[in-house]
Amino acid sequence: MRFGVITFPGSNCDHDCYWALRKVLSQEVEFIWHKEEDVQGYDCLILPGGFSYGDYLRTGAIAKFSPVMRGVKEFVHRGGLVLGICNGFQILQEAGLLPGVMLQNESLRFICDYVYLRVENEKTPFTCGCKKGEVLKIPIAHNAGNFFVEKETLEKLKGENRIILRYCDKEGRISRASNPNGAMDNIAAVINEGGNVLGMMPHPERAIESILGSTDGRKIFESIMRSRDEKG
Amino acid sequence: MKKFKAKIHITLKPGVFDPQGKVILSALKTLGHKGAKGVRTGKYFEIELEAEDKSSAKQEVEQICHDLLANPVIEDYSHRVSEV
Repeated sequence: MRFGVITFPGSNCDHDCYWALRKVLSQEVEFIWHKEEDVQGYDCLILPGGFSYGDYLRTGAIAKFSPVMRGVKEFVHRGGLVLGICNGFQILQEAGLLPGVMLQNESLRFICDYVYLRVENEKTPFTCGCKKGEVLKIPIAHNAGNFFVEKETLEKLKGENRIILRYCDKEGRISRASNPNGAMDNIAAVINEGGNVLGMMPHPERAIESILGSTDGRKIFESIMRSRDEKG
Repeated sequence: MKKFKAKIHITLKPGVFDPQGKVILSALKTLGHKGAKGVRTGKYFEIELEAEDKSSAKQEVEQICHDLLANPVIEDYSHRVSEV
């Protein structure tokens, strides 16, 4: 399977994604500089975490105008798989490919910590290797992960089963206490209407090797690989 | 071409949680401003631009606000354009 990891000025998890896919999961991976417009020939594009354009104005607000985003939009419309992680999620929101916006964390503090996530929908290309209700341990690292959408959009997301991961405790219980950043409805990951673009605040590429505390992040990438195999 | 200056305010929509505003309000109370009842933060921009006339300058500023400066999901904007 061929992955493309898009590097914006200020991306800083691009090499972690590369490492996870190339060295750990033995997949084909290439970096794509944000000035490239052509993103054809990939099975899955990853918009990695970081601080594109220094988070100036709003997170992701400037990156959405990078030339590569034209290619990404086309790729999405043709049904290609796109995974946005952390800042990548924020960029996809600003670009209108995913709903909502990330407000600053309720605590006003940058949070870097392991969190537990409950898989709410396992029927997506990004979670098909998980069980419904399964609890994943994957770290977050962000200052703005406080997911917000208008009420009508939230209802729509719920109705269409598009909330994919929610912050929970170790046992999978969803509560105010298990919400690290104030995100509406404990939302950690959502998918687009077409079911081919996932945004998640937690960093699966940082939970790939047991020496770093968890290997649950592999399940996200392995799901993508599996969905591709099933598609043929 | 004439020169214009736009003064732009970006404000959070009502109902959007503003953690910074909340912290500032509690600081105001600590300072003894007992009358302070609410704080909402926002952004302010000044843009210098050249345009044929005021109405085309306004149109351009409107576009700038819509496309880049504000996120319509959570923010409103207002602007004032004057010739300099």
